[in-house]
Amino acid sequence: MRVSLFVPCFVDQLTPKVGLATAKVLKRLGHDVEFRSAQTCCGQPSFNSGQWDVAREGAIRALSVFRGADVVVGPSGSCVAMMRNFYPELLKGTPHAAEADDLAARTFEFSEFLVKKLGVTDVGAKFAKKVTYHDGCHAMRELRLKEEPRQLLRAVRGLEFIEADEGETCCGFGGLFSAKFPMISTAMAQVKGGALARTGADYVVSSDPSCLLQIGGWLSREGKPILPLHIAEVLANDA
Amino acid sequence: MDDSKAIFLKDATVNAADGDQRAFINKALGGYYTNRDLQKARYRDWERARDAASMAKWSAVNDLANVLEKFVSNFERNGGVVHWARDAEEARVIILKIAEDVKAKAIVKSKCMTTEEIHLNDALEKAGYGVVESDLGEFIQQLRGEAPYHFVFPCMHVKREAISELFTKHLGTAPTDSPEELTMIARRHLRQLYIDADIGITGANFLVAETGQISITENEGNARLTAALPRIHIALSGIEKVVNHLDDLSVLLPMLATAGAGQPMTCYNTLYSGPRKKGECDGPEEFHLVLMDNARTRILADPEQRDSLHCIRCGACLNVCPIFKNIGGLAYGTTYQGPIGSVITPHLRGLKQWNHLSAASSLCGACTDACPVRIDLHHHLLRNRRNASKESPTLFDLAFHHGFTFVIKRPWLFALGGRIFRATLPLLQKLPLPYMGAWMKTRDLPKAPAQSFRDQWKNQNV
Amino acid sequence: MSDARSDIFARIREALKVKAPKPHLKGDGAPGKTSTVAKPWLPDGGETAEDSLTILAEQLAKLKAVLIRVPDHASAAKAVAELSVSKNWKKVAYHGHDLLRPVAAALTCENWEADASFDKQRLEGCDAGITTCESIVAQLGSILVSSTSSGGRALSILPHVHVVIAETSQVVPDLGAALALVKARHGTDMPSMLSFITGPSRTGDIERILVLGAHGPKELFLILVG
Repeated sequence: MRVSLFVPCFVDQLTPKVGLATAKVLKRLGHDVEFRSAQTCCGQPSFNSGQWDVAREGAIRALSVFRGADVVVGPSGSCVAMMRNFYPELLKGTPHAAEADDLAARTFEFSEFLVKKLGVTDVGAKFAKKVTYHDGCHAMRELRLKEEPRQLLRAVRGLEFIEADEGETCCGFGGLFSAKFPMISTAMAQVKGGALARTGADYVVSSDPSCLLQIGGWLSREGKPILPLHIAEVLANDA
Repeated sequence: MDDSKAIFLKDATVNAADGDQRAFINKALGGYYTNRDLQKARYRDWERARDAASMAKWSAVNDLANVLEKFVSNFERNGGVVHWARDAEEARVIILKIAEDVKAKAIVKSKCMTTEEIHLNDALEKAGYGVVESDLGEFIQQLRGEAPYHFVFPCMHVKREAISELFTKHLGTAPTDSPEELTMIARRHLRQLYIDADIGITGANFLVAETGQISITENEGNARLTAALPRIHIALSGIEKVVNHLDDLSVLLPMLATAGAGQPMTCYNTLYSGPRKKGECDGPEEFHLVLMDNARTRILADPEQRDSLHCIRCGACLNVCPIFKNIGGLAYGTTYQGPIGSVITPHLRGLKQWNHLSAASSLCGACTDACPVRIDLHHHLLRNRRNASKESPTLFDLAFHHGFTFVIKRPWLFALGGRIFRATLPLLQKLPLPYMGAWMKTRDLPKAPAQSFRDQWKNQNV
Repeated sequence: MSDARSDIFARIREALKVKAPKPHLKGDGAPGKTSTVAKPWLPDGGETAEDSLTILAEQLAKLKAVLIRVPDHASAAKAVAELSVSKNWKKVAYHGHDLLRPVAAALTCENWEADASFDKQRLEGCDAGITTCESIVAQLGSILVSSTSSGGRALSILPHVHVVIAETSQVVPDLGAALALVKARHGTDMPSMLSFITGPSRTGDIERILVLGAHGPKELFLILVG
């Protein structure tokens, strides 16, 4: 299958290894992977801030970027939820509505794509570490993904999986919310980060790099001995 | 900045930093989660039950004029008197007039958020009437001179030591650290008040159009007593509480209890059709029902958010909300706290002054999943943000998002900006920049990589 | 006085000119209006009468209500008399009903037919109230009392203990069945109060810790005959 990568803007600039790992896994499974360099940001920061008019401009632009792609796969539940659920809402009643629905149907979150679209759970990865998992809220509640990443992780050789308390609790990122209401966001990070740290795992894994930014940022500041890692990075590891 | 927003930011920030209080709230909710899950497991299909509950409310709300008319004609046939209030002031005037007409000396109230919404106690007290809240939580909050913390669990933030002190001060009772003994103190204190009161004031959870009955849900029995012993019963209800069929309650009553309190049913679910009937030995001589709009028709006029009128005030969305749990109920400064409060308060009191509640959310959606009547809560927060930015945009937001969009529409500029951002990140982190500075106070950022994804991809694939 | 009622109805009609979409339903079909439609997704109330009685017993136990099953009305009277002794009741009020008068007659303590000469102050001084009921909901452990079946509004809520005497034939599987029965029995002439009682009065207002007997009865006994 020809897969068009959708690399979130902050992955592009801050954690490019997540994008590379995503591509590596897809290639290992025998797929053609392309990256359309005209892509930038999905516009979610503006959408979430109520600036729907400018967010709409970003959405219309993204439609043209991914026009003609068979499937679009992104390593972020949040950014995929923007395309899947919120582009159609944003473009409802405009001439772009049909194309937004069409793109929504072709766009997948990475773990969702592997498990639900390709039917793959074992991607041939090895990772001899203790791992816990954080469900990003967008992946869990907008895309209804919960078991898919767990199925993938359980198939990883050597990996010991530990569920954390506060399993369905938000990490407190919420995009610009984390900076507009920093103390509320930090209190939420304490609840979530604390539960993750208590598992004694080596890594907290998630399909959402934005949550990992928040959780990792808090864990690092608090000096907790558990590191953030994207699920694509775990699955890319085959050594 | 508007007052309501400034106060919110201050209180929310202080409370979010209060680890002890947050732990106390979490512990208090722990039993609720366990019981809720046990009760939900008894439903053979919770999601179907949610469908039925939401449709029961949807069909009544979307046919409100007819359903309300039917309710009123049946209610009046049963001997009750209906009063109409366009707003809070009219509702207060109506209730004060009834109190004056019957020369009331003492008034007892059961828990009713709609009376909180119109600040009825203040109005009654100003007019010289003694009013006693009979729900234990509301009674404690009344003695504390504080608004309810949570619209179902009004004093869940108050520790037993503080309640003991409060009772010692106001009721002269001996100190105790037993919740049971504290409850019995209130029980003993209130019993005679029900008997002596001329007027009992309650709310209404549902108005049943088919039969003209009002349904009241409670656990303590105080609403039962309030509607049994005083000579006059006044109920205050929003117009959106109406449902079509008596049978709708076979879904709504259990779900209200399970979603809101983790119970199979609340202890007392009571239907009142009118005043004491011929042949009945007790009950009020008069039954007055005040039906109030107070901006509910404003929500009704917004088809996108009309479903927020489906709310049955169970409190489930508060119980699962990480914002509520971390900032506490009082910080909201509203009658209705938590997600539903953040959604509807801008409609009730003005978007410009109350949009900050919609902004103060990570949009995690736990509320929407918890809602037994499927209100699209967290998406309504987004819609409020959109409406607010249209109605009263801030210069900063406009500049920031237009600037951001200008950049992301130009990949070369985005790549260049990214390069500069990465190169200067160590410096940027030290500057008091908007957003960045707030982040850096409590959290680190990863070390910026030398090359972006797009650069590395180009190098790999060329 | 300007007409608030007309104004509110005008606002409603204006607001509803724009239609709202139906909620996003998850089930395989819209349940539509719920009247008389079976609801196989709610908690189970039992297929057979026997199932229902089993579920009822489980629910009542969880609610901390006491179920006493007796073979006949004479045994019911005996059971109540024993309770009154063991619990040391001094004054008992009861609903004037043919099935309850023999129960009262078997009591050794002071007793009073409350609805015959109602006096709220006197009722407040009673340890227990004895009533019949309309029906019993197995699904939820709820006992439906009314202002006609239970000696008015206060008798089942003001005394510290509530004793209900009922027959097994009054047990219905679920809340829907109980409401249907209410409509069939009373039609447009409803008792002014109908109350589903689900366990003894309770509160969790102090630190969310369960305490029984907030304002209503601390103890609830269901004496089931047959």
